[in-house]
Amino acid sequence: MPSLTHLQRLEAESIQIFREAVSESEKPVMLYSVGKDSSVMLHLATKAFYPSKPPFPLLHVDTTWKFQAMYEFRDEMVADLGLDLLVYQNPECVRLGINPFDHGSAMHTDMWKTEGLKQALDLHGFDLAFGGARRDEEKSRAKERVFSIRSAQHRWDPKQQRPELWRLYNARTSPGESVRVFPLSNWTELDVWQYIHLEQIPIVPLYFAAPRPVVERDGTLIMVDDDRMPLLPGEVPDKRNVRFRTLGCYPLTGAIESEASTLTEIIQEMLLTTSSERQGRVIDHDSSGSMEKKKQEGYF
Amino acid sequence: MAHISNDLLATDIDEYLKVHEHKTMLRFITCGSVDDGKSTLIGRMLYDSKLVFEDHLAALESDSKKVGTQGGELDFALLVDGLAAEREQGITIDVAYRFFSTERRKFIVADTPGHEQYTRNMVTGASTAELAVILIDARKGVLTQTRRHSFLVSLLGIRHVVLAVNKLDLVDYSQEVFDSVEADYRAFAKEIGLEDIVCIPMSALRGDNITEPSENTPWYTGPTLISHLESVEIADVVHAGPLRLPVQWVNRPDLDFRGFSGQIVGGVVHPGDRVRILPSGRESVVARVVTFDGDLDEAVAGQSVTLTLTDEVDVSRGDVIAAATDPPGVADQFEAHVVWMGEQEMLPGRPYLLKIGARTVGATLAQPKYKVNVNTLEHTAAKTLELNEIGVCNINLDRAVPFDAYRENRDMGGFILIDRFTNGTVAAGLLHFALRRADNVHWQAIEVDKEARSAIKGQRPALVWFTGLSGAGKSTIANIVERKLHEQGRHTYLLDGDNVRHGLNKDLGFTDADRVENIRRVAEVAKLMVDGGLIVLASFISPFRAERRMARELLGEGEFVEVFVDSSLAVAESRDRKGLYAKARRGELVHFTGIDSPYEDPEDPEIHLDASGAVSAEDAADQVIAYLRSAGIIPG
Repeated sequence: MPSLTHLQRLEAESIQIFREAVSESEKPVMLYSVGKDSSVMLHLATKAFYPSKPPFPLLHVDTTWKFQAMYEFRDEMVADLGLDLLVYQNPECVRLGINPFDHGSAMHTDMWKTEGLKQALDLHGFDLAFGGARRDEEKSRAKERVFSIRSAQHRWDPKQQRPELWRLYNARTSPGESVRVFPLSNWTELDVWQYIHLEQIPIVPLYFAAPRPVVERDGTLIMVDDDRMPLLPGEVPDKRNVRFRTLGCYPLTGAIESEASTLTEIIQEMLLTTSSERQGRVIDHDSSGSMEKKKQEGYF
Repeated sequence: MAHISNDLLATDIDEYLKVHEHKTMLRFITCGSVDDGKSTLIGRMLYDSKLVFEDHLAALESDSKKVGTQGGELDFALLVDGLAAEREQGITIDVAYRFFSTERRKFIVADTPGHEQYTRNMVTGASTAELAVILIDARKGVLTQTRRHSFLVSLLGIRHVVLAVNKLDLVDYSQEVFDSVEADYRAFAKEIGLEDIVCIPMSALRGDNITEPSENTPWYTGPTLISHLESVEIADVVHAGPLRLPVQWVNRPDLDFRGFSGQIVGGVVHPGDRVRILPSGRESVVARVVTFDGDLDEAVAGQSVTLTLTDEVDVSRGDVIAAATDPPGVADQFEAHVVWMGEQEMLPGRPYLLKIGARTVGATLAQPKYKVNVNTLEHTAAKTLELNEIGVCNINLDRAVPFDAYRENRDMGGFILIDRFTNGTVAAGLLHFALRRADNVHWQAIEVDKEARSAIKGQRPALVWFTGLSGAGKSTIANIVERKLHEQGRHTYLLDGDNVRHGLNKDLGFTDADRVENIRRVAEVAKLMVDGGLIVLASFISPFRAERRMARELLGEGEFVEVFVDSSLAVAESRDRKGLYAKARRGELVHFTGIDSPYEDPEDPEIHLDASGAVSAEDAADQVIAYLRSAGIIPG
């Protein structure tokens, strides 16, 4: 009998997780961040419930500072699949005009994303949320459960996490508590790219190299995605062939110079490259163990 | 990845992807203590398989100088130590999952601590592993912890073991030392039924026999660790076994389609196969094996699919679709190994939830027949199981479940126990066999006491005492609370003036002395009911602190819940439904609380309800329910 390939096993496991989570919750939602991991999650969710549609809406916790190409891609995907999309923008951030230039990356991320996520979950009363985090992303994630319990304040307490055995997940919660479920827990970045390649999953064009206007700041290439970006005196955006290895708010996401304009070229480049994925994210740089702190505060 | 030197990658990415997209996967667990060099071994495997990025490598170099234990040389252990607190303590305190891959396989490593206290973590990591790497320090040989790890590996049904005899550099790569450790271990492993064992001499620190055969061990002709992990055949008994598919989700997009979605955990399925649905026992035939990528002619263990059947048989979540010729058993009483994982000890007779496959049922455990000392493997008598203890118990379920013995199928015989109050996962268990009814006459007799009476009701007994002015709304709220509790299946009784004054206390009036006696009798009756395991609701003006304190003191710690239904006299008087305030004002009623008899506010009630009218009685009742839940009196 032929053995399943590693991607077949990972896919089957993710589907099992999706089905289990939906069956054991009252009101599930899938967090959709428009990145490649979200694309893979959406693809797996579609497979898990086929021929039904995924029985939950998507939630995009928006910061208003994503790349324009991400908004366009998001709206196309949702229209194609006929899914419900909820977009939430923290009203306090809208009122105060929170942005990474005036308020710094830490405050920007905390208020739009961490606080915005909590508010959105509370507003709709979701008791379970799917997220695209992977255990290989960062050391503190290696111990994250597939089903991760959060307190009514959305805090993650490493001491209160439940043991997970076999394929048996315990999604029971006390009032106010909620569950974060990570169907991609056991996928690596390479698995994700291989699967995108094999299944021909659509991803945001920003992952592919193209001439884009960028400025270089502290060694990081920032794309000037719209006219909200204040240029420093004498700074002139430069058209360079760049692409993004990870997507977030455009002022906080570093581009890399690249000629990789096809999926196979991206994978080739990634395998030959020398720095890890999250390095492109300004927010992880603060200090060693900073992801763990963010998780305890409720960052996904 | 930093220093990959794969020609194929650079020259023919399409061919490279073809190879890598068709790799197989192996999940394994590493067992050993920090001292055995376990983290170093895992770090070394990640490093040697070229999965360490240069930015990680830079961090590793600087960390090695700062906190490393290798005198400034690369300390691979730092690659895998996770949470900040653990890094400071220098120990791993939970299960961490690591990933690496080679040309032939992707690996998922469950990294679990070897410390004595953490049986829980090792069992968790072992539950999904197909192979175990057990580390031994060559200088120390087979230790107590080696036996413990091996026992757990065997218990959890892992059939393939690698004995990594590590730190061989510290015994001058002595073949004699290696041979003697191997002989000791094989003798022990045989006793506990481990058969497929490969022993490899190595030094994780120096990289001997990890990926490349070492020049330091010319006498060793076996495989390196990685080449063994890449090639070991996981002879999958699950594939060969009969069809098992626990139904996770009934798939009904429209009236024309009714499918049953789940992951195959045993055997193979084809359209046309005759199947039996358990526990009902009804039979049907598979019509289609549906997936997003099209219908399949065959699906095998491990795949997640959706089956449709040729008849309209009733199938719901938790049922198992199985080979009609070789179906699993169905039973409600079992003997099982139980690994206790909760902070609070196991309570025999107390109802827990048991999840097996996609089915969750109520379960009670008898007193353990014995517990197993994981160090000596001795069986000792036990009344309960505490955190990290393993025992053999009889389990009684409130509904029958389909099952196979754990050793035949992990997914059909492995279960978790969930605490009804905290919702935590408190134990893992392995079903061995069903008890025949005749065996049950010796079902554990437990002493029938308050604990037993309340356990059978799935609640903790309590006296919830509503105090406040006449007209404050005590009885209204208490009635709603009782209704809500009843709807949740809780066992309750409501004591109030209406049902007590007309019978038990009809000889009493409203003088201060009679009020005191009234409350004393009510409290004594309530105490008996609490002893019977009930949640008792008492609704009495009970104006005096001393009497309320007396009632509190009659009961056990945490059993008395004082609810102050707080309304001003004016508001209560304005509600005067029975016209009592009017009578009292006219002097027709004496000793009326609030008018000519005092009401002493509770000083520190468990619950303080706003009864001024701002909060509805329904919401006030919800506050009481929420408190009962948070206090663990009723399940969450």
